Amino acid sequence: MAVSVRKSAPGRDAASAPARHRRAARSRRRLRERATIAAFLLPALVLFAALVLLPVVFALYTSLFRWGGFGWPDEFVGLDNFVRLFQDEVFLGDLWRGFVLIALSVCVQLPFALAMAVLLNQRLRGRAFYRLLFFAPYVLSEVITGVLFTMIFAPDSGLADHIMDAVGLGGLGIGWFASSSTVLPTVFLVMTWKYFGFHMILYLAGLQSIPKDVLEAASIDGAGAWQRFRYVTLPLLGPTIRISAFLSVIGAIQLFDLIWVTTAGGPVHSSETMAVTMFQFGFKRYQVGYASAISVVMFLISFVFALFYQRYVLRRDLEGAVTSMRGRR
Amino acid sequence: MGTAPLSRRTFLAAAGLAGLSAPLLSACGGSDGSSGKTIEWWNIATTDPGKTLWPQAVKEYQAAHPGVTIKQNPMENDAYKSKMTAQTASGKLPDLFHTWGGGVLKQQVDAGLVRDITDDVKPWIGNLSPIARQAYEFDGKTYAIPYDIGMVGFWYNKAHFDKAKIDKPPATWAEFLEDVRKLKAAGITPIALGGKEKWPGHYYWAYLAIRVGGVAAVQEASKTNDFTTDPFVQAGRHLKELVDLQPFQNGFLGASYSSTDGQAAQMGNGKTAMELMGQWAPSVQRDMGEGIGDDLGFFPFPAVEGGSGAVTEVFGGGGGNAVGRDGPDIAIDFLKFFASVDNDRKRVASGGYLPIAKGAESALTDPNLRTVWETLNKATGFQQFFDQAFPPAVGQEVNDQVAALIAGKAAPEQVAQAVTQAAKGQ
Repeated sequence: MAVSVRKSAPGRDAASAPARHRRAARSRRRLRERATIAAFLLPALVLFAALVLLPVVFALYTSLFRWGGFGWPDEFVGLDNFVRLFQDEVFLGDLWRGFVLIALSVCVQLPFALAMAVLLNQRLRGRAFYRLLFFAPYVLSEVITGVLFTMIFAPDSGLADHIMDAVGLGGLGIGWFASSSTVLPTVFLVMTWKYFGFHMILYLAGLQSIPKDVLEAASIDGAGAWQRFRYVTLPLLGPTIRISAFLSVIGAIQLFDLIWVTTAGGPVHSSETMAVTMFQFGFKRYQVGYASAISVVMFLISFVFALFYQRYVLRRDLEGAVTSMRGRR
Repeated sequence: MGTAPLSRRTFLAAAGLAGLSAPLLSACGGSDGSSGKTIEWWNIATTDPGKTLWPQAVKEYQAAHPGVTIKQNPMENDAYKSKMTAQTASGKLPDLFHTWGGGVLKQQVDAGLVRDITDDVKPWIGNLSPIARQAYEFDGKTYAIPYDIGMVGFWYNKAHFDKAKIDKPPATWAEFLEDVRKLKAAGITPIALGGKEKWPGHYYWAYLAIRVGGVAAVQEASKTNDFTTDPFVQAGRHLKELVDLQPFQNGFLGASYSSTDGQAAQMGNGKTAMELMGQWAPSVQRDMGEGIGDDLGFFPFPAVEGGSGAVTEVFGGGGGNAVGRDGPDIAIDFLKFFASVDNDRKRVASGGYLPIAKGAESALTDPNLRTVWETLNKATGFQQFFDQAFPPAVGQEVNDQVAALIAGKAAPEQVAQAVTQAAKGQ
């Protein structure tokens, strides 16, 4: 810009001198401002680079080696680990199970959380107590949750089997964690127990920010309860729902602790997730190169998903936050 | 017996999480142990009796050697394994560290991280039982000193056997299967198994292979990396015969070994008739359940008809301590002290360990443990736990595949092939 101004007005140096000064001063100020920003960002950037970027790059690097974790990786195998990965039945199974858990989370867990939120947003005796009660599991650590539910689902002696007996369904002989066919739904049940409260609180916060007068206006216009929910509440809750779905999906992709404690991935891999497989290879079989390849795939899936989700689903919600620079310029 | 093996396999759950934090821990746990006369000792003595005996030995040694400090760093065993993975990657091991020997120790030796102590221990190692030493010697060189040794066999409930009208423990696999049928007919769950943890299941396959082909067949396979030979396929078929009888407790695929409703508790609370487990079994049964006292008996793994392996060949393992590459001589001197008859007698008297030093066996009072020890001493062959003897990837594949076989999801031939593939891929 500065260049073009000088070219177009060669003979008016004197007149433009103060303006140029002002411009120079402004750009100096802007420079100083930028330096300040950089100085403040630096420590965080260094930490981010050392603790996040570097390990990511290192995992990328080691995923190209056959490496047992001893010394420095030196047996370069190119993309062999990845080729092996996509031929491994267990890993392909991980992808499928991950997909099932994501689908269940988004299609069952979140609507359930939403329903509870709408319910607890009504005037209701003891609703603060219920809110606390439903949120409490989220505060528990995953390990405690896991140990708790291994006891509840213990064959024959566990609470779950006693309840089934009491309601006359004991004859079904559901194996819970101990059978390949029931283990995934059981794990999902535990996940829901633990996480729906968190999503419920998100929705409650969203519901409370919906202006009452909008809903009143809808009532006056003759909208019924369902119509008010479908055409007023739901659209206004959109940003919250989109964020909660995002968190839910990323959480399901990275699921580890709960599985590790309750089933360790079994019986026969039928509840294994990518993170569990990665742990098995990295810390049990000492095939760190292969484990790195798994972590790279996990990273890519999460990363690509996050990018697309932000680009296409969260775009409007994030406007003014992530993209605030546009407003300033 | 083992607090060592016990603790190393206990609370897999908690250990898994601890394992996650292991890399973090190792980042701040850097040792300067080799400086001066301070020794850093990593071990797995987190449960009694080791939790008491280890510090006690350290205290006594320090009192006798002024100026020497031994810094103990006990870890829960799966956490220990994970931390060791991270530590070996960093290229430096502590002055003194716990090891189970076998394939894992061999890997560390090959990476040049373990001190060769052959010459230092030559004057006194002759006093230790050869079977106990075996797992820590490669190519005639010694890399660690044992403190415990033991074997796997069947622990059974005599009352249940009486009720099912079985007058003596089975001597052959056919008799064993027959007894399982009798127990079932009498309404007793024949066998407790912790299917979730996989390693208890691998004992069956390993022992059957040893009975069919002898320890020699296993040694051969570990050299050629070929597990598709007859003994291993046969082992799978025999195991399938057992699995087809549905001998395990309800929900065994989700059961762990040591939890309040796991394999040990099933036995300890008198709910099942048998379990195949190592010398530590009685103490875990008491710990996780009530213990069945005098009803508990022990019999060696039965012979397989037509197999070339003798019934006197045993399968088991122990625990020991190795010295890191830069570990000082004083660490070796401590190992000598730790392996002395006096210290071994204390361990044996606690009921938690079997003797490794000659002369310590008189402290062995429990009749069952005495049987185990006598069987071990009369052994004509010894094979270490597969998941320790073989490289970790092979050991884990054995565990995984046998678990699949027991769950009815893999055929005997598939198991043999998958293990071979893992071994050849090493």
